[in-house]
Amino acid sequence: MDVEILSRIQFAFTIAFHYIYPPLSIGLGLILVIMEGLYLKTGQKIYEDMTRFWIRIFALIFGLGVATGIIMEFEFGTNWATYSKYVGDIFGSALAAEGIFAFALESGFLGILLFGWNRVSSKVHFFSTIMVFLGSMFSAVWIVVANSWQQTPAGYHIVGEGMNARAEITDFWAMVFNPSSMERLSHVWIGAFLAGAFLVLSVHAYYIKKNKHLAIAKPGFKIALAVATIFSLAQLFTGHKSADGVAKNQPAKLAALEGHYDSSATADMYLMGWVDNKTQTTTGIKIPGGLSFLLHQDFSTPVTGLNAFKPEDRPSQVNAVFQFYHIMVAIGMMLIVLTCYASWLWWKGTLFEHKWLMGVFVWAVLLPQIANQAGWFAAEMGRQPWVVYNLLRTSDALSKSVKAEQVLVSLIMFTLVYATLLVLFLYLLNKKIKHGPESQAPLDEKAVEAKSIRENPIMN
Amino acid sequence: MFLGIDYTTWWFLVFGGVISGYAILDGFDLGAGALHLFLKKEESRRIALNAIGPVWDGNEVWLVIAGGALFAGFPIAYAAVFSAFYLPVMIFLIGLIWRAVAIEFRSKEPGKIWRLTWDIVYTFACVVVTLSLGLMLGNIALGLPLNEEKEFTGTMLSFFNLFSFLVAMTTLALFMMHGAIYLAMKTENRLYVKLTVLAKNFTIFFLVAFSLTTLYTLLYIPHLSDKIRSNPQYFIFPVIMILAIASIPRQLKRGNYRLAFVFSSITIASLLVAVAVEVFPNLLYASNNPANSITIQNAASSRQTMKTLLIIALIGTPLVATYTAFVFWTFKGKVKLDEMSY
Repeated sequence: MDVEILSRIQFAFTIAFHYIYPPLSIGLGLILVIMEGLYLKTGQKIYEDMTRFWIRIFALIFGLGVATGIIMEFEFGTNWATYSKYVGDIFGSALAAEGIFAFALESGFLGILLFGWNRVSSKVHFFSTIMVFLGSMFSAVWIVVANSWQQTPAGYHIVGEGMNARAEITDFWAMVFNPSSMERLSHVWIGAFLAGAFLVLSVHAYYIKKNKHLAIAKPGFKIALAVATIFSLAQLFTGHKSADGVAKNQPAKLAALEGHYDSSATADMYLMGWVDNKTQTTTGIKIPGGLSFLLHQDFSTPVTGLNAFKPEDRPSQVNAVFQFYHIMVAIGMMLIVLTCYASWLWWKGTLFEHKWLMGVFVWAVLLPQIANQAGWFAAEMGRQPWVVYNLLRTSDALSKSVKAEQVLVSLIMFTLVYATLLVLFLYLLNKKIKHGPESQAPLDEKAVEAKSIRENPIMN
Repeated sequence: MFLGIDYTTWWFLVFGGVISGYAILDGFDLGAGALHLFLKKEESRRIALNAIGPVWDGNEVWLVIAGGALFAGFPIAYAAVFSAFYLPVMIFLIGLIWRAVAIEFRSKEPGKIWRLTWDIVYTFACVVVTLSLGLMLGNIALGLPLNEEKEFTGTMLSFFNLFSFLVAMTTLALFMMHGAIYLAMKTENRLYVKLTVLAKNFTIFFLVAFSLTTLYTLLYIPHLSDKIRSNPQYFIFPVIMILAIASIPRQLKRGNYRLAFVFSSITIASLLVAVAVEVFPNLLYASNNPANSITIQNAASSRQTMKTLLIIALIGTPLVATYTAFVFWTFKGKVKLDEMSY
């Protein structure tokens, strides 16, 4: 394998592994703010217990996010030196802003969030929780802005020629508010809220199913369910906005998302399917003219297809892009159905009477994680062969002084280290969940009786 | 231009400040980690971990800011340095991962073997991180072979030279001294006494390593002492450095660990300043052909970006300083273990 494919695999692997954690931190941050806010407002012990329980889990998740995140910043330089030179003038200022405005904020107040419960007043602690949450939100802002600039470059001009060419900033705010940044940011934020909310739902559903810690599990479940319902519906809108944006700004990517080849024909929308890039055919369950309708509110308006682009200027892994996109959309729909149904039961007052539903929620924690990963893979693979859309090809972006053997060595190291980390993370997370909140509130009667020894299904 | 200094030079100063901040702040974390196994009792190790517990993560962010500052301000240097040091950087980063997870995981199980394993991982990771930082610093000071495109043309083997080895050992000694002083400041009773002895021993280790490195530099690496030799006004830098270093054993003898910590921080900063003065305006000296060197001018981002960056730094620095001070103030004084501790 050559340097390019190895570097791409390494970057995809390290960023995908990293991206398990930051969305959980952002989403859990929001839930912690709500829980601690309720504790401050009502003074009830159950809210204190659940806040302190989730702070412990937050610490574990945040720790892994930091540990795996620092790799990303240096991997641009180690593996993608030409890219770094090309985008440094633009990408760098977003990254510097991320470091100073976001990371410094969240990690500064993290110390108080984790260790300050007995050291500072409850208001100062709540303030720190909010700052950590805001810090994680800001870090998403800057990194999504930087990535969106790669999708839809704006506010720059090109200086130099050939391999010495680079993009220089002409308008900072045009760079920040480039055509795709805001719709993608809202999509990413909400994806993160869902990841966090579904983790809370999963753990609390597990307790409810096992009749444990009910005094905390039930109200906590409701908090997370409210967040999950609101944001799974909202995600429909940001998703639609994003797709509109892709249609306008990156037509080749849009065509790949739906496996649409014909240069100027009405485009179908698939519920599921398979794309054969050789024969340029897409088969599956479809709504004829659906994509045309989605974009133009008319079933017969033509949509630009892949064949409108030269083969070297459009993504080659069309089926992978198609599948990742459809997995994301399908999960998005499942989340809406699941949360709305549960909310309806909540409204009827029978939410906790359905044990099977709690079982579904225990496992549903995986859905937003898979959707977040799939969405990013669709977005990044759909941008290929470009690393900066229409400006710099991925194959031109590498470090020339780095050899394939070196990348292979580091890729093997990362694989071993990350596999170990994942096992340890799941082991410790499982242990914390089993241990449960330090219950200072009066225990539910049933909780005392029912001492189940069955394992948590997520971890087996 | 601002105050007679151009934007690019300002950004170089900011970058230097951030690097020094990182070395001073994470220096004591890494030093405390490197000496961790010298502490034998379980409670001592817990206190040592909790002494850095609330702050180490914030300290590591300085590295993230430094990386961002280099990427943004001097992308050509960022690209050249990190692709040249490919494997040392990877080893450094994986060391940082293990440092972070060792701190986080150790307290999660009470078992003796579990904790001992993480103690060993923790110390080993901190030593590896510190040595690789020193190795890279040594090679940057020495210079690397670069072609006209400012790309590294050497091999991995060229990183392992006597000078860089000396710099790496000096860095380790310096951080261990710095870490021991920090821990002494945060502890009491028998652990405190033990750390005062360790601080003295690491100071001797540092003085020996520092003297050897200095001697070697003066004898064999003229481009790292030329500028100070030929410009008498620059003598102020080595003078400050020597005064700071000399003050450390003096304060240790008097038992004033807070002041000793201030002087070891000044020592770290002044060592970096001495290197910066010698290499300036180069960011990376081309050892094969000085004309290929990466300078702050030929590696710089556009004027517009420099201006944006300086504005970001002007807004951000007071904020970061305020809440860093607030966090340190919240956890001031001797470490007390409670149920939220590691």
